[in-house]
Amino acid sequence: MGGSGTSPARGRVVDLGMPEFPRGAARAVADSQLRFNLRKATHTIRGKRANVVAELPDWLELRAAGKAIKDHTLRNLDRYLIRLERAVTEAGGHVHWAADAAEANRIVTDLVKATGETSVVKVKSMATQEIGLNEALAEAGITAYETDLAELIVQLGDDRPSHILVPAIHRNRAEIREIFLDHMGEWGRPAPEGLTDEPRALAEAARLHLRERFLSTKVAISGANFMVAETGTLVVLESEGNGRMCLTLPETLISVVGIEKVVPTWRDLEVFLQLLPRSSTGERMNPYTSTWTGVTPGDGPREFHLVLLDNGRTDVLADEVGRQALRCIRCSACLNVCPVYERAGGHAYGSVYPGPIGAILTPQLRGMASPLDASLPYASSLCGACYDVCPVAIDIPTVLVHLRARAPHPPAERTLLRAASWVLARASRLAGVQRLASRLRRLIPRRAPGPLAAWTDTRDVPPVPKEPFRDWWDRTEGGAE
Amino acid sequence: MTPPAGPSAGLPATGSRERILARIRAAVAAAPEPPVRRAYRTGARMPRETLIELFAERVRDYRAIVHTVPGAEVPGTVAAALARRGVRRLVVPAHLPEAWLERTGGSVERLADDPPLPAAELDRADGVISGCAVAIAETGTIVLDAGPGQGRRALTLVPDYHLCLVRAEQIVPRVPEAIARLDPRRPLTWISGPSATSDIELNRIEGVHGPRTLEVVIITD
Ligand code: SF4
Repeated sequence: MGGSGTSPARGRVVDLGMPEFPRGAARAVADSQLRFNLRKATHTIRGKRANVVAELPDWLELRAAGKAIKDHTLRNLDRYLIRLERAVTEAGGHVHWAADAAEANRIVTDLVKATGETSVVKVKSMATQEIGLNEALAEAGITAYETDLAELIVQLGDDRPSHILVPAIHRNRAEIREIFLDHMGEWGRPAPEGLTDEPRALAEAARLHLRERFLSTKVAISGANFMVAETGTLVVLESEGNGRMCLTLPETLISVVGIEKVVPTWRDLEVFLQLLPRSSTGERMNPYTSTWTGVTPGDGPREFHLVLLDNGRTDVLADEVGRQALRCIRCSACLNVCPVYERAGGHAYGSVYPGPIGAILTPQLRGMASPLDASLPYASSLCGACYDVCPVAIDIPTVLVHLRARAPHPPAERTLLRAASWVLARASRLAGVQRLASRLRRLIPRRAPGPLAAWTDTRDVPPVPKEPFRDWWDRTEGGAE
Repeated sequence: MTPPAGPSAGLPATGSRERILARIRAAVAAAPEPPVRRAYRTGARMPRETLIELFAERVRDYRAIVHTVPGAEVPGTVAAALARRGVRRLVVPAHLPEAWLERTGGSVERLADDPPLPAAELDRADGVISGCAVAIAETGTIVLDAGPGQGRRALTLVPDYHLCLVRAEQIVPRVPEAIARLDPRRPLTWISGPSATSDIELNRIEGVHGPRTLEVVIITD
């Protein structure tokens, strides 16, 4: 957008070139491998999550604190960003501000060019996927190597991620072996001969393929799970160790992070480092968490750049109901409980943000001008499972209803939707009115208007549960899952 | 504050900064100021035996190897662990307590990080030994802060085997107590078991890029 001086364009979340949700979903529903994998994945993680969450007697208090800290931060976001900028700068880092995807891509490209390097290693980052950074770097002659195992599978397979946490969940081991054998050689060290489809052998192949690259690449690009305003500290949670490699070995580190990722104090991490791993991978703690503050002489990168990304986030912030989506800590718990996601798969959402969170975040970041984005708020049965598992208590059903009201509609329907969403927003704040809420939700048209009706015509979507969600949850989750 | 000079200097970086901040202010002007209540558990205390037991159990859950020994047995435990693993070239960070290695003998070559070992050299080492800054019982987590006996982050990352020694007084009950003890200005690495992935059909596989074997010695006194 350059120096036009007008207000930043609405965010550009890379469109993955998919058809609108109904058609993408229908295609996925027909793919039995995908359905099997997704079902196995979501159910496994769901069970693990429930166990480790039940271990903490103060889970609800942690959840309430997580929500409140995020709300407080968003309310004072300008202050905390300025504070963060000062702390990072004082610790020897550089801070850049990017109003939209184009500006962020330009800043990063220029920073890489200034190092004289033509390749970078990357640790999984949804923000850089959102802005299409790899493609922008490629146009400038810079190769970005993804280093998460799943991202590597996706990149080598010239594919798109389908799940926040396990982006290659739509691939089975035989396919992964094929991809490694066919494409590793094009990117670097080829797969070992006689590679089997045993998961351990596949992981070993990835280790060998990437090791040389880690030891020799001079520039790394990351995102961050949290940024601490008070101290200027960035935090990355991961499992494989590729994050540590990227954050430690190169000479230059560039982190692209959405402005909503800031938290006020170091102490606030005591909440999120309990909420995130348990909600995400269903572990008490993920294998590795790295924190760094600017640069440390003699340890890790000598140069550190933080690119703060808006790209539509300030539009989301301006929406009273919708802004709670910015509390999201990308744990993916809502994907794993969503009956629609389980059937439709991540690709149907046509964005880097799949599942229930994608259904409320993408249309807000991008606007609802396209048929896909206008259909996303309908990619839900409003059962409420996503709200219940969300570690920062984002009321996704209420936001969905609110967005349906904002999407293009005939006037009569619009009025009804407005009224219903208003009542729902109020109702959800009152304790013990779940039954009322569920009855109200039934008043809301589940059929998308016009050409979008195709989605609600697929009968795969379960009806809104007649029983309150809590009962349904106890019945299905507490049982033999 | 002057905007950082850099490749984007000359482009409207400052313009975007002001525009983003202005848009934020306009967006939240009418929003309520929510109070932050911290009703969750903090300041937990546990007897030393409980801390050690819980920590050992939780580290084992990640399929790491765990030993619990009094200080007098540490040199023997370390020597035996290195021998079992077949470690010949061992990275030894500065200021590691000399006593920990006094029984390892001449078969183990010690690689000091002075001058700094090149990454390729670290890659050829058989393992690394280190202390830690803090350990968390409830989550089975070890935190390194690049302090004495730990060295810069790469030392405990590149070698495939990490032997980590934890003193009982370094173990805290839960995450909040660890956060309170740690200094965010230091680069921190929180380690909970060996490197792992579940990216292939959700099978957990130990070890992708970080050390594939983690062995922990808890010193009880
Ligand atoms: S919306 Fe909530 S549950 Fe879903 S990814 Fe975000 S934080 Fe997790």
